[in-house]
Amino acid sequence: MDNLVVEKLPWSKGNAEDALLSVRDMYIEYQAERGQVKAVRGVSFDIFPGENLSLIGESGCGKTTLGLGLIRLLVKTATIKQGKIIYRRDGMAQDVLAMEQDELRHFRWQDCAMVFQSALSAFNPVLRIREQMYETVKAHRPTPRSEVYDISRQLLARVQLEPDRVLRSYPHELSGGMRQRVLIAMSLLLNPPIIILDEPTTALDILTQRTIIDLLRALQNELGFAMMFISHDLSLAAELADHVATMYAGRIVECGTVNQTFYEPRHPYTLGLIKAVPTVTGGFEDLTSIAGTPPDLIDLPTGCKFHVRCPFATDRCERQEPDLVHIGPEHAAACFYWSEVERQADVAWDQIKAARGESV
Amino acid sequence: MRADTVHLADTVRPADTVHPAALIEARNLSRSFGSRRRRIWAVDEVSFQVPEGDILCLVGESGCGKTTTGKVVAGLLKPSEGEVLFEGQNIWEMDRKAFKRYRTAVQLIHQDPYASLNPMQRVYDIITAPLFRHSLVSGRAHAWQRCIELFHIVGLTPPEDLLRKHPHELSGGQRQRVSVARALTVNPSFIVADEAVSMVDVSIRVSLLRMLGRLREAFGLTFLFITHDLALAKYFAWEGRIVVMYVGSLVEVADTPRLVSDPLHPYTQALLSAVPEADPELTRNKERIPLRSQDIPSLLNLPTGCRFHPRCPRFVEGLCDVERPELLPTGDGRQVACHVVARERGMA
Repeated sequence: MDNLVVEKLPWSKGNAEDALLSVRDMYIEYQAERGQVKAVRGVSFDIFPGENLSLIGESGCGKTTLGLGLIRLLVKTATIKQGKIIYRRDGMAQDVLAMEQDELRHFRWQDCAMVFQSALSAFNPVLRIREQMYETVKAHRPTPRSEVYDISRQLLARVQLEPDRVLRSYPHELSGGMRQRVLIAMSLLLNPPIIILDEPTTALDILTQRTIIDLLRALQNELGFAMMFISHDLSLAAELADHVATMYAGRIVECGTVNQTFYEPRHPYTLGLIKAVPTVTGGFEDLTSIAGTPPDLIDLPTGCKFHVRCPFATDRCERQEPDLVHIGPEHAAACFYWSEVERQADVAWDQIKAARGESV
Repeated sequence: MRADTVHLADTVRPADTVHPAALIEARNLSRSFGSRRRRIWAVDEVSFQVPEGDILCLVGESGCGKTTTGKVVAGLLKPSEGEVLFEGQNIWEMDRKAFKRYRTAVQLIHQDPYASLNPMQRVYDIITAPLFRHSLVSGRAHAWQRCIELFHIVGLTPPEDLLRKHPHELSGGQRQRVSVARALTVNPSFIVADEAVSMVDVSIRVSLLRMLGRLREAFGLTFLFITHDLALAKYFAWEGRIVVMYVGSLVEVADTPRLVSDPLHPYTQALLSAVPEADPELTRNKERIPLRSQDIPSLLNLPTGCRFHPRCPRFVEGLCDVERPELLPTGDGRQVACHVVARERGMA
């Protein structure tokens, strides 16, 4: 039983026992020809019921690996080296990493569904949508076809599709936005308390993306599921998140509420991202990019993995990797100099606001 | 109408008057694909001008024809109808010598730096091929020296090491800089950048854009910048103009500050209101413009009249679904193709 108890994260908004999913000290590595790819290094977080946790970071920061790791869908070359994933439903705690194949199959989709970036490859190309929806339900609980179709129709209507037409279709007959919506409907089939969405709108057009974002928010309000939203796009996190975790080189380097992350960033990387992203609204904002390039996960720098690109870095950062530490209510950052970042963040926001003001 | 734009006067260009100094002009450009039975018009009667040293940004969603437009303007695709003028001359009526000059003057930077660089060649070979091909260098020592110069210009350091590498040994950002360096080998005057930074990580995008901006200043380059990202367009083309494209045709042309702050066409308005912003309060309080339909029309089965009418919140029956609106001057330096706006503003 002790295996199911996890320590409280000081910056977490509640007790671990109230969380749906608690992840502690996860390490995931890939075996590549050149060596070990350290994709996830010591990640801990909680997801609470009905909450949206957005995971942001650039390509190769380990965010997709982490998402797949949570439902143990990793490729064969990847191994979870260490860590704990505890899932709780109706007062029952389960150790996801200890689940047998059978339990795992139930856990996936029924407890934790995942919506992938590439909606086309998530479908079986030779089966009609209604078949795929039926199979999904059948794999978990035997249900008569007509009942599955009824639920499917309701869900498809909810994601603003024509249910009958879509049920008859093959995946290739639908547009990208429609496929993504079907996938969202499918993820809801078994009414899971958690949905992991990995870049669900990245390949979509702006107007289609807007539809999906609004839809996700409405569905979440209505059905109350928790979301883990994985994206490289800061603006999507700004739009949807309650809490944001910033990932860099396999680690969560900052974790806070959405307003803390954007308005009071305390990690130089989060601040750097904010200063690098243009907005459409307002006058001309001068942007600054982060120096250097994202790290090679096989050959990571010493100490803080961001130090080679960081304007705040000192000798200490080169030698020692800072832990994620509690710096305020629901806020944690992995930087020795977070209080200096605080000052810079205030300056940056003053500049952004001034630039926007000009055009008003 | 003019009064509220006075503070922007220094950036306003009379887009509806003919620019004598247009380096590149697209005149009623159309391009179709397919067979006689199934033919689609990817680009349909598109006209614009890019004056020398200017930035024109072509914005639109995937499948709207922006890449095809770029290729036609760069002379890589022949237009089905219409003309591309370079320094006032139709490029498809040029003699061999003039055409060759045009082809070196116009260079394309592609979206995918993983696909546009030959993986079998060293960076040095990629850069020097055009130098030797066009006899721009007098031997190997000169070629090496030119490479190092170019690498300094595009911010690739240390050039000596990078030149010996293969593309797979470089990061995405570095690869895209190599693409830019290659484009610069032939001393072009006009760059068509098609989603040139879309595949690069956010943290280094800005430095690439800045590098392109510096090139414009240093060499007087003219840009056609193609992107689906309005925020990027705004940042890069702040001193230039934005052209918005929808299903093969242009719907609005305006100087960037006015296009993003005071869009006229309902499609531009919808796009701007739909863009999520990296600022929680701003993005959550943005005014939304609901569309009548989510479906993007198929090029095989285009709506009658205005192509945006099935989705347009300002649709007027009997007008928008009947006649296709022309891109008309608004009288204050912008152009818009919308019956409703034309009526409101008393445009002829």
